[in-house]
Amino acid sequence: MNDVLIVLALSLVAAAATAAVLARDPVRQSTVLALLGLALALLFAVLQAPDVALSQLAVGSVLTPLMVLLSVRKVRRKGRADGRERDTGSAGQTGSAGEGERR
Amino acid sequence: MSVLPYLVAGWIFLIGCYGLATSRNLIHAVGCLAVCQASTYVLLLAVGYRDGGTAPVFSDLRPGARPVVDPVVQALTLTDVVVGATVTALLLALVVQVGKRHGTVNPDELSELRG
Amino acid sequence: MSRRVRMWVLVLGGLGVAALLFAASLDLPEFGGDRHPYGARAVEAALARHTANVVSAVNFDQRAFDTLGEESILFCAALGTVVLLRQTRDEHRVRPEPARVAPPVRRYALVALPVTLLIGLYVVAHGQLSPGGGFQGGVVVATALHLLYIAVDYRALERIRPVGLYATADAAGEAAYLLLGAAGLVAGTAYLTNFLPYGTFGTLASGGMVPLLNAAVGVEVAGGVVVLLASFLDQAVEIEDAAERTGPGETRHPAPPSPSEEKPT
Repeated sequence: MNDVLIVLALSLVAAAATAAVLARDPVRQSTVLALLGLALALLFAVLQAPDVALSQLAVGSVLTPLMVLLSVRKVRRKGRADGRERDTGSAGQTGSAGEGERR
Repeated sequence: MSVLPYLVAGWIFLIGCYGLATSRNLIHAVGCLAVCQASTYVLLLAVGYRDGGTAPVFSDLRPGARPVVDPVVQALTLTDVVVGATVTALLLALVVQVGKRHGTVNPDELSELRG
Repeated sequence: MSRRVRMWVLVLGGLGVAALLFAASLDLPEFGGDRHPYGARAVEAALARHTANVVSAVNFDQRAFDTLGEESILFCAALGTVVLLRQTRDEHRVRPEPARVAPPVRRYALVALPVTLLIGLYVVAHGQLSPGGGFQGGVVVATALHLLYIAVDYRALERIRPVGLYATADAAGEAAYLLLGAAGLVAGTAYLTNFLPYGTFGTLASGGMVPLLNAAVGVEVAGGVVVLLASFLDQAVEIEDAAERTGPGETRHPAPPSPSEEKPT
């Protein structure tokens, strides 16, 4: 029974890792990375490593995908400005040009 | 069954390397590096597993009642998961900086810019 | 090298590594085997020192010096990220506008926030008793705070997240770990050696220095992750460079422009 679970979790991890590499668009990749984190957490739980599963769950399914998404957003905004398009959309973060306030 | 986990770890490492080498976007490449890191976790925990073993936590387990899996490799993996994430953050910060300075995160275009 | 040649080099290298990995995996100890000499010794040592969670005992007692190294990597990576993502002189901040959040999302996130925060703190505090510890709990605490960004908006998040304070917490955690190690020297033993009484097995005060080092790491990880996410969020949400606002200009610099050349308009 345990063996079956381990084989299942292992194949899930292998599939998720492959999908994460083959998803060429970073936004889609971040979703797949979150899935990979989840699959890894599952595998670690099955391998009797709850400590590692916990840390993988927090890091792999939240932190890493979030940072990837934020970097994509930053880089894309910059790219659009270069591509002679004003950044008009994106959920009302533009406008209200308060001048550079520094902490 | 007895070598399958090691082979899966090897596969994850290789597919991550393939993604790193063929990536056309540095952010994607950092994601592939995260996949490579995952292979080391799988390998370490696979080495430490023991059939019929339970987690090495004795808060509700009488010592010696059941075999436990290897805690040493778990400790190694545990710190690496969190530290690896911050290293990923550092790499992503580098990518953001590259994107700011050069307007692209495609490694091919970057080498054209330089030459 | 053309792309074709590079692909061939990659394929050759990949096949070579694959063959070596396969050969190595045949020689590794069998999966699920019974021989774990290091594991057995670590379990014995942890029980002798009254630490129920052997993984924490390995991290904060038997391999405490190693964890100091890991922690320092974390600290340096957070420091480097902050330096790389700081606001440069040719960039300015745009105050994000309040965003409308769907009421169910807001309700859910506002309920989830305190619960997640509490779970994170629990996980840090019980590191030596149950699965968890400073590393995991710190990440949970730090990400829990960011539920406020989902529930309300970025300005609300900024109000509960003075970055300077969390950066100080990050440094304080690292310093506390170093000083706790040095306290061993003062007490007459070696660096990072346990000198406190081991306490009663299975209680919060068990394990000697383990809970203290664990808490130091928890503070450091929580502070570090908050600072990391803050610098990424600032870049993605608030900070724009001059070209983005006034329309495209000469933005493709072949070399990084020195800040003094660029006058903010």
